[in-house]
Amino acid sequence: MLSLSHFLILGAILFAISIVGIFLNRKNLIVLLMAIELMLLSVNMNFVAFSRYMQDPNGQLFVFFILAVAAAEAAVGLAILVLLFRNLKTIHVDDLNHLKG
Amino acid sequence: MMDFKTTVFFFLSAMLIFAALRVITARNPVHAVLHLILAFFTAAGLWVLLQAEFLAMVLVMVYIGAVMVLFLFVVMMLDINLDQLRQGFWSYLPLGTVIGILMVIEMGMVLGSRYFQVPDSDLPNVAANASNTQELGALLSTDYVYPFELAAVILLVAVIAAVALTFRGPKKTRYTNPADQIRVKAADRMRIVKMPVEKQD
Repeated sequence: MLSLSHFLILGAILFAISIVGIFLNRKNLIVLLMAIELMLLSVNMNFVAFSRYMQDPNGQLFVFFILAVAAAEAAVGLAILVLLFRNLKTIHVDDLNHLKG
Repeated sequence: MMDFKTTVFFFLSAMLIFAALRVITARNPVHAVLHLILAFFTAAGLWVLLQAEFLAMVLVMVYIGAVMVLFLFVVMMLDINLDQLRQGFWSYLPLGTVIGILMVIEMGMVLGSRYFQVPDSDLPNVAANASNTQELGALLSTDYVYPFELAAVILLVAVIAAVALTFRGPKKTRYTNPADQIRVKAADRMRIVKMPVEKQD
């Protein structure tokens, strides 16, 4: 039998994996972006599971909008990454200290 | 004995977790992107299992077909020093693993149906002739028209931002303007100068 908890725990495991990914790869900007994508996927998994078990399609539409915004975020993020690499010849997070923040 | 759906679920979840782990541990970023593609593909399979076919297809076509391929292009274009980027990986590994396992245990306690009232029912059946795409399309063109248009505007803003960020400006090389070239007259090109003949001594 396949209950709601199965999908929610799968989403939780995915979320935890992506948090650990942010911990481990904090020097590598591109893997950080990938970990964020994975995190969005786990959230979407929860939305779809709730939507099906509560029999309410509004949750699935929310996933649709999240996908649209995530695509925009990925495009802008990668553009910034390319620009950064073109100017600095590195994507090492420690070298990105030009704002002295 | 598990039924067929549960077996498929556990197979796909194992694949998804393996792919996610390889994304965060892969040495080569290209391998990480390829495993991310596997993770999204497996997630689309799980959504088909949940009978959310429309979103599963959107995930495969838009996300894998466009966004992940964009990722792959960018990763392949960057020439990065792998050893420098891996520094600190092993020193953060124990702490990261402990925090990850703690998070899974905490959320598992809340989300499991033993202690809290998460409904323990099986996957509800849908009518045989029900169409997920039709259902979502009807909602999208009635209740959600305005958010739908806003999403389009957000995508347009993202396109303009990405182009504006990576645009290098006009070319800095010297070139001849074709319009000026056509408009030129013979008198502009050559000037005849009268000079006295010099005597040779």
